[in-house]
Amino acid sequence: MVRQVWLAALIAFLPVTAGAVQPDEVLDDPALEERARAISAELRCVVCQSESIDESNASIARDLRLLVRERLVAGDSDAEAVNFIVARYGEYVLMRPPFTMSNAALWLSGPIFLLLGGGIAFAFIRSRSKTVEVRAAPLSPEEQQRIQRLDAD
Amino acid sequence: MIVELGHLALILAALVAVVQMIVPMVGANRGWSDWMRVAVPAASMQFALTLISFLALTYAFIVSDFSVLLTAENSHSAKPLIYKITGVWGNHEGSMMLWMLILTLFGAMVAWWGGNLPPSLRARVLAVQSSIAVAFFSFILLTSNPFLRLEFPPLNGNDLNPLLQDPGLAFHPPFLYLGYVGLSMAYSFAIAALIEGRVDAAWARWVRPWTLVAWVFLTLGIALGSVWAYYELGWGGWWFWDPVENVSFMPWLISCALLHSAIVVEKRDTLKSWTILLAILAFSFSLIGAFVVRSGVLTSVHAFANDPDRGIYLLWILALFIGGSLTLYAWRAPILRSNSVFASTSRESGLVMNNLLLVVSTLVVFFGTMWPLVAELLLGRKVSVGAPFFDLAFTPFMVALAVILPPFAILPWKRGSLSQAMQPLWGVLALSISLGALVWALQTERSILAPIGIILAAWLVGGAFMELLHRARIGKVPASETLRRLRNFPRADWGKALAHAGLGVTIFGIACITAWEQEDIRVAQVGDVFEVAGHTLRLDDVEQGQGPNFQFQRAHVSILRNGEAIAVVTPEKRIYPVQQMPTTEAGIDRSALRDVYVALGDPQVGGGWAIRTYVKPFANWIWGGALLMSIGGVVSLTDRRYRVGAPKRRAASSPAGAVPAE
Repeated sequence: MVRQVWLAALIAFLPVTAGAVQPDEVLDDPALEERARAISAELRCVVCQSESIDESNASIARDLRLLVRERLVAGDSDAEAVNFIVARYGEYVLMRPPFTMSNAALWLSGPIFLLLGGGIAFAFIRSRSKTVEVRAAPLSPEEQQRIQRLDAD
Repeated sequence: MIVELGHLALILAALVAVVQMIVPMVGANRGWSDWMRVAVPAASMQFALTLISFLALTYAFIVSDFSVLLTAENSHSAKPLIYKITGVWGNHEGSMMLWMLILTLFGAMVAWWGGNLPPSLRARVLAVQSSIAVAFFSFILLTSNPFLRLEFPPLNGNDLNPLLQDPGLAFHPPFLYLGYVGLSMAYSFAIAALIEGRVDAAWARWVRPWTLVAWVFLTLGIALGSVWAYYELGWGGWWFWDPVENVSFMPWLISCALLHSAIVVEKRDTLKSWTILLAILAFSFSLIGAFVVRSGVLTSVHAFANDPDRGIYLLWILALFIGGSLTLYAWRAPILRSNSVFASTSRESGLVMNNLLLVVSTLVVFFGTMWPLVAELLLGRKVSVGAPFFDLAFTPFMVALAVILPPFAILPWKRGSLSQAMQPLWGVLALSISLGALVWALQTERSILAPIGIILAAWLVGGAFMELLHRARIGKVPASETLRRLRNFPRADWGKALAHAGLGVTIFGIACITAWEQEDIRVAQVGDVFEVAGHTLRLDDVEQGQGPNFQFQRAHVSILRNGEAIAVVTPEKRIYPVQQMPTTEAGIDRSALRDVYVALGDPQVGGGWAIRTYVKPFANWIWGGALLMSIGGVVSLTDRRYRVGAPKRRAASSPAGAVPAE
């Protein structure tokens, strides 16, 4: 019985949250809140595994969410708020790596593969369709004569 | 005792696998038919022994034998029976056993039903399949033995991770593994064909159904995982671009490409070496997935306890099977040239573009998944690549795919004209665009996402069925004749239409939920009535209680219409005392048009409860589309050409006891 009570108490006080953003975090200004949510979805919860701070219920995620909101209330632009967090936690917090020299290979991988593969596919299709045209080419005069000769035989 | 028997059976299965790897291959190379025939009973025996071993392990879990280390670490006597059984594969060692069970099952199926394969091809396929089994049997026995005993057994076990104590665990991993491991068949057939030096229409007709089976299971497995995440994680996310999701998605994309290119081999005897390469890649991505999940190089919610020894062993397996097969491919593929021709506007070209888009999108996912590792090793930078990147980099390929799909699916083989193919589709296109425009005009937010998604979805679904109607000459012949034609279409044609329409349905669901989801976060007192996106909800009460091995707090939330409750949902918070872990169970009122999704948060200091409510429009269409795709696959599998059996190769091209290819 004692154990049961203790467990019930535990349930009540553990930070068991469904989803992340708590009612007390929500800003009064809906426009500001919406910006905060959009920013949160792009920031990684640094102790979690591929979760954004908007999804995570870790306490550090909550701290970061509050920090983002604090900056926005203080009048920061979205970029300034993000930079504020990046300056403290590093590039690692960005769920979408910025397009910089070092990340260029990542961002350009799709277009480069598409061009490369598209080039190969194009060349392949052309080589196959060229053969069609060659086959469909009209007979030369000599060939016509040969056919006539064969017909005559 | 039973556990030791299981251990023994596992060792025997490994020994049989060694024999099956060597003897039939030598037999096939030398033309010794009795050596080749060894493969058949060996494959059956390998499966039987693995099954015995697997059942022995399951027995240890069911009777809660905590003298077995694995059971003590991953089970608990108070756990409901179903989770004792599914808990067998809720851990690294047990899931490897499930992997082996399925691998040997596929081998045995080739042995049982492969009677119409040329003997040398069957022998080689089974030998290659068995070499995969040898690699993984030795991996289990040397690094992940599930049968280890404890000298001093504990009184009770550590329990299974509560997140996994869910019916989802009964289906998600087995389906996923049937898919991953099913792709090993395509791999074995590809390697055997490279050794034989011959790929023809008959080969494609054997490989395609196996790939289709694997693809159907993979589709269902991924969809089930998505459904599970949706109701379990408490905020209704259904796809996270988590590394482990990505490694299941990559084999799916490649096997999609493989399914389509195998049709070209079968019908038009071209794209042969490309199809072989896809078959190798599909299973290679499965292996990469196994490595990523089990080595923990990219940590994620799914990663099992990781161990560097296992990672290195798996890396060797990976290097051997991927490196070896690609080397063999580079050496042997040039002899697979074909010279069949087709015009640039033809179904062949369409399928080449399908393959291009699917493979490039796979590479984008692969790059994104591996980039954090690459950046850290090569550049010394810690970066994250998350959902925002993938949404941006991956989606354009799927949009392009959906745009070109309907006309190219109608185009005839060899040579066609786009204007002719578009003729039956102009109506569908006009309808899709007007639907999109209507939605654009009606919606309150000015999001472009939903209209685009709806245009693509209508285009795909309409296109898929218009193709059938067009070929049944609707409007040009009497209705009875159209009906007769529709009935007489090969089932593969119906399968194609269903699968393509399924893609449209999934795109529709994704676009709607992404654009129109509404969220409400609030503190509600018991008895409070509140509005969310046109729905009226009332928090009736919150009760506390005791489940079989957890404690819960359960809210009753009524969804009201005109003051009457039309549905009651019961979101829960649970705590599993053994692992001290809280979980959430969302309360969802499902319907075709929208899900009302309620999650229970913490009790608040000033009284009341944090309640999060989401209205998710057309959520179920995401998985409905996946289900439709799988049904399309199954319908296609029942096509006459597979039921009647693959045709024999022409005798002239298949001398008995084929000569070694060298």
